Parts: sequence; structure tokens; C-alpha cells
Amino acid sequence: MAEAQYYVPHGTRWPIMGSIGLTALVGGFAALLNGASVASLVMVLGFVILVAMMFLWFGQVVRESESRIYNDQVDRSFRWGMGWFIFSEVCFFGAFFGALFYARVYSVPWLGGEGTGVATNLFLWPSFDSVWPTNGPAALGGAYQVMGAWGIPALNTIILLSSGGTVTWAHWGIIKDNRPQFVWGLLLTVVLGFLFVGLQAYEYYEAYAHLNLKLSTGIYGSTFFMLTGFHGAHVTIGAIMLTVVMLRGMRGHFDSKNHFAFEAAAWYWHFVDVVWLGLFIFVYWL
Amino acid sequence: MSAATTRDAHDDAHHDDHHHHGPEPGVMRWVYTTNHKDIGTLYLVFSFLMLLLGGLLALGIRTELWSPGLQFVEPDFFNQLTTMHALIMVFGAIMPATVGFANWMVPLMIGAPDMALPRLNNWSFWLLPFAFALLISTFFMEGGAPAAGWTLYAPLVLQGGANLPFAIFAIHLMGIASVMGAINIIVTILNMRAPGMTLLKMPLFIWTWLITAFLLVAAMPVFAGAVTMLLTDKFFGTSFFDAAGGGDPVLFQHIFWFFGHPEVYIMILPSFGIVSQVIPTFARKPLFGYESMVYATASIAFLSFIVWAHHMFTVGMPLAGELFFMYTTMLIAVPTGVKVFNWVATMWRGSMTFETPMLYAIAFVILFTLGGFSGLMLAIVPSDFQYHDTYFVVAHFHYVLVTGSLFGIFAGVYYWLPKWTGNMYDERLGKWHFWLSTIFVNILFFPQHFLGLAGMPRRVPDYAVQFADWNMVSSIGGFGFGLSQLLFAWIVLQCCRGGKQATAEVWDGSDGLEWTVPSPAPYHTFETPPAVR
Ligand SMILES: [Cu+2]
Repeated sequence: MAEAQYYVPHGTRWPIMGSIGLTALVGGFAALLNGASVASLVMVLGFVILVAMMFLWFGQVVRESESRIYNDQVDRSFRWGMGWFIFSEVCFFGAFFGALFYARVYSVPWLGGEGTGVATNLFLWPSFDSVWPTNGPAALGGAYQVMGAWGIPALNTIILLSSGGTVTWAHWGIIKDNRPQFVWGLLLTVVLGFLFVGLQAYEYYEAYAHLNLKLSTGIYGSTFFMLTGFHGAHVTIGAIMLTVVMLRGMRGHFDSKNHFAFEAAAWYWHFVDVVWLGLFIFVYWL
Repeated sequence: MSAATTRDAHDDAHHDDHHHHGPEPGVMRWVYTTNHKDIGTLYLVFSFLMLLLGGLLALGIRTELWSPGLQFVEPDFFNQLTTMHALIMVFGAIMPATVGFANWMVPLMIGAPDMALPRLNNWSFWLLPFAFALLISTFFMEGGAPAAGWTLYAPLVLQGGANLPFAIFAIHLMGIASVMGAINIIVTILNMRAPGMTLLKMPLFIWTWLITAFLLVAAMPVFAGAVTMLLTDKFFGTSFFDAAGGGDPVLFQHIFWFFGHPEVYIMILPSFGIVSQVIPTFARKPLFGYESMVYATASIAFLSFIVWAHHMFTVGMPLAGELFFMYTTMLIAVPTGVKVFNWVATMWRGSMTFETPMLYAIAFVILFTLGGFSGLMLAIVPSDFQYHDTYFVVAHFHYVLVTGSLFGIFAGVYYWLPKWTGNMYDERLGKWHFWLSTIFVNILFFPQHFLGLAGMPRRVPDYAVQFADWNMVSSIGGFGFGLSQLLFAWIVLQCCRGGKQATAEVWDGSDGLEWTVPSPAPYHTFETPPAVR
């Protein structure tokens, strides 16, 4: 039976630990960017503290969840919380998609002399023809080749879409209390997820080694790597989340009624999936 | 059943020994706390400290502007003052103060035992001191603090000293804190209301915070994206804001203001909510047009996402863009007008009394509306070409942020202080604080309208002699207003330490769940949900 009262914890040590870890991480990174090489130690230390904090914090929540002290209302709080967190992530990607669309629809054509850009083109960059992709009128980063859509990216699309299917299959498993199906479905999803990340890494290697396509390749390189990079980071996080859920499933956690952690990770996975479709269409294909 | 309801939810083994319902003893109470009242207090205290620090920087600005010529500070340090003043006031003073109100009042007003996600709530607060430590530390770095204005426009901001990555990461931490706090508030409001409290029975303060929290979750990540692009442009060779690579410095302005305009509503909507609680209490009438207030707030939130480029009319946008953003901006006057009308109509034929919260609320309605009018002037593209980057803009946004947001916050502090402390504040001193603040704030900011219309640019340490007189007047107002806030600190401190015992209802015309619990509100309230009629 679910608890009657809403669970309100009394005191917690994890947030302050998280603040210290996060501050050391970003403070160390900032100092490193300013050229203080010892700062990388602070950064690593901060990262370790942060990861430890997450283990401890989530570990406690998992224990509390398994001892069934959360009632349905607590469960709803987690659901709403995860939903709005994903919404905030969508908005974060929105900034970078906004930059991509702005460059493609406005700034590059303007540099090429369209609309209000007539004088800009005439006096500043008379030889610049606006085409997409571009590394700009000053050809930053030098000659480069475009990353095609129908090689690895298309394969990655298939991989990620299939992983959306396998994660749903896992969901059907836990709903029927079919644990093997649940675990196998998750294992497949996680394998596909890390396969995606691996292929993405290989694509980056190709871009840097053979295409001369870099972060510094003008606006094309900037939007390409920032969008796919943040997406890849999110796939990695999602795959780690699913891995944790899988390990918990193997330990006997979750049943047909109690598996919010799985659903949260699955929602996140679908979000990452949808972002990829946007990337495939607007970064690689069109 | 009883076993289920009496389970004391303890976090760590180290305080298993006291199955109590009071706060943990010692200073670690504040670090480990998951109690919404503790966290609300932390937010409010932190925001007041930041208000003092930001105010100190403002006084530095007003000191330098006392007379023409350079007398006290170097121009670059002056720019650091304006930049840091704004960043600290926006992200350190106003926003955390309103989150402090949300923490204290949302559970009390909707009949919830606490915030929905209490541990996350602790983290939302405890990131802030660290974020501001990073930000403030830039004052002591080579090249000093950020000096390109709080808007951080590229490419200027990329030409600063060592501060840039620190400021950017500080903003990231503040953003994470804001988003976590906002998610918590949304979840609390949607999921923790006492049975019977339907959405349209919620107090208006709850509605304004629900919508504010939505704006935060939608806008802060965009800001995080914008400053991330600054970071990569500076350190990793990207060219988002560099035309040579096909980017555009104006792109930064677009992304920044896509966040920045909702941000101004993030700062004002909670004060709208506070004023909408205060006025009915002291007019002893229910809020006029409650539902229209809800819909007006929602409309303002929607419009806030499609008006951003009114901050950039002079960058050379296509004409269609200028017109679009001009008309959408002017549209905001409609729901805002609805609100002002409703506040006035609530007072109409009410049996009004003028305690300090009410004085602040009335001053809010008048002075915020004044700031709204100058906003309308700025919304008109051809006029804005004249006013852009002048002191007129400074006057405008200080009317909406100081006599708007901050006065709303003052109204709220006086209104709920007896509920928080159990004591009445000194009404006579409160009135002194009100009149001193209101008179000095107008001496401070009203002349800036004249300065701007006469052509004095903003963010300059020196100016033509024709601007000397009004600048001196403005500086006198600045010092008067700043010193008046010490009185505020004294009143609050005195009220915390003692004073006339407050009743549960506190005010004659008070209405709402927060007035059904004793004053001071016990450490835990509504552990079993109250009945809502
Ligand atoms: Cu605006």
C-alpha cells in the first residue's frame, strides 16, 4: 500500500556537495581557459565530487523508492519534474537551432548582398557568394568538405530510431512483469545508443582528419559541431541513465506498477531521438 | 494506517535520534535544510545582501556622475560598475527575492506540506552563493570584472580580460539554479494543492508564480545557450558572432533578448502577484476581475516571447521586423492595462486603510504604470531611434524594476513579515521607509527621463556640462534611496527580534490559507491538507 503522507525529507547533504563539485568543475575550467594549467586538477576533482554526489543522491532516492515510502503524489511530482526538465533541455537546443536557422536564413544571405545586406556585400565582402554550407566570407578554417547525410548520419538515424523501438519493447516487458524482455530490451537500447556515440566519434575523426571540417570552420563548422556535440553528449547521458535502469532491473527493481525511473530515462531517450531527427534534416540533409 | 502516517522521513542516519518537528540545531540547519520556510528565508536574506552590494555599486556610479568630468573612477572601472550592478541586481537581488517569496508562500497558500521536491529546492538555493562568489571574484582578476554591460554583447564582451569564462560559468550556475527552482515551483503548484483548490481558486500570487516559473524554464536555457556560444567563440574558434565566418554579432542580440524580454516579466510578474494579494486585503474587497487577471498574466507571458527585438530597433533590421516587433510590443499594453484597471477597480469604493504594504502597493500601481508608459514610448520605432541608449531607457527600466519589482517585494515583505516572524513590524518606521524610499526614488530616476530626452547617453562616466544639474539631483536621490534601505534592514531586524504579537489573521481583511496557520507559521504546516471551500 502506498504511503498516506507526502514524503518530505528532513535535511540533505547532497546539494551542498553538488554545489562544491560543480563550482570546482567550472571554476577550474574557467581558470584553465585563462591558461592556468594546474586548474585542470581542480576541474577533475570537481568532476569526481559531482559524480560521487550523483551516486549518493540517486542512490538514496532509489533506496527510498524501493522501500515504497513514496506515494502516488510523490510519483506525480517526479513525473512533472522530469517532464519540465526535458522541456528546459528542448529550449537549450532551441538556442542552437535558432543560431543555425538565423545563419542560414538571414546572416549568410545578407553577407551575400540580399535584402539589407547590399552595402555589406558591396563594400566589405564583394567576392562573397551566399551558399550553404559556408565558412564565411573570410573562409575561416580554409577549404573543407561538407559532411554528407547518407553515410554514417543516415545509419545513425536508423540506429537511434530502432533504439526508440527497443526501449518501447522493454517498456512492454516491464508492464507485463516480463523481466527478461525488460532487461534485454534495455540492453539492446544501450548497445544501440553507445554504437551511435561511437559512430559519431568516428565521424568527428573523419571530419577533422580528412575533410578539414572543424569547430573553427566558420558558421558551418560552429553549428555542425555544437549541435551534434551537445546532442552526442545528451545521447551519452541518456545511455548512462538507461544503463543504470538496466542494472537496477537486473537486481530486481521495478515491477509493472513501479518503474518511473525507467519511464523518465525513456522519455529522455525519445527527446534525444527527436532532436536527432531535427539535426539530420537541418544539419546534414537540407 | 497510523504506522504509515507517523513515519518520520529522515534523510541521514546522523540525526535519527530526534523524531521532532522542529529545525535542526546549529548552523548546518541552513546548509542541509529541506524546509521551504528555511529555504525561503535563505533566499530572502541572500537577495537582501545582494541588493546592498548592487546598491553599493550603483552609488559608485552615482558618485562618479555627481558632476561632469572624471573624478573618482577610471572609465573601464565605471563600465565594470554598470555591468556588475545590473548582473547582481537582476540575478542576485530581484530574482532570488521573488523565489524566496515563492518558497515561503506557495506551500502556505495552496495548503501543501512543503515544496514538491525538497532536496532539489535546497540545491536551487545553494548554487547561488557559489555562482555569485565566481562572479564577484572577477573584480579581483587581471582586467577586472566584465565591463561590456549586463547584456554581454559580442564582440565587445569577448575583448575583456580574464573574467569572461568566470562570468559565463557563474551565469550557467545561476541558470541551473533558476531552472531547478522554477521546475520545483511548477510541480508544487500543479501537484501539491489542497483538495478542492482548483486552478481558478488559486490566489493570484500563485498564478503569477506559475507563469513566471514557466517563463524561467523556457528562457533561462536559451540564455545558457547564448553565453555558451560566447565561450566557444572566444576559446574554441567558433564564429557564431563573427561575420568573417558567416555568423553575425546581431545574432547574439537576438538570442540574448529572446531570453531578456521574458526575463523582465520573470522579475515583474511575482510582484504583480504580491500586489494582487495586498490590495484586496487593505481595500477589504475581493480582487476585481480575478479571471481576467489570470488570462492577462498568461497573455503577457505569451507576448513576452514575440517582442524581443524591441531592444534592437537600431541595429538595422528589415522594416518588416521593426514593424512586427513594434506592434507586438504595443499589444502588451492591453493585458497590462487590464491589470492596472483591475487593481484600481479593486480599490474603488473599498474601505481602504493605508498600512505600509498597501502604501507600497499603491505606489507600485502608479509608478509601475509610469514605467509602462515610457515603455510604450520606447516601443515606437521612430521615437526609439531617438531614445535608444540614452538615460531615458535607464529611467524607464528603473521605474519598472525598482518602483515596480522592488516595491512589490517591499509590499510583500511588510505584508507577510508578521506571518513569518510572529511579530508586527513598527508601522511608524515602515511608513517612514515608504515615504523616504518613494520620494528619493523619484528624485533619483525621474530626472533621468529629462537627461535621456536631452540626449545624454547611458553607460558613460563623463558627460557634457548641460547635463550637470539633473545628474546632481539624481545622485542626491540615489544616496537618499540607498540610505533609506538601511532603515528597512533595521525594521526587519527589529521585527525578527520582537514586537507586538501578531494574530493568525494579521490583517483585518486578510483572506487565504496562509492566514489560517498561527503566526509565526510553525516549522511544518499543512502536513495533512486543509479543506478548501
Ligand atoms: Cu523587452
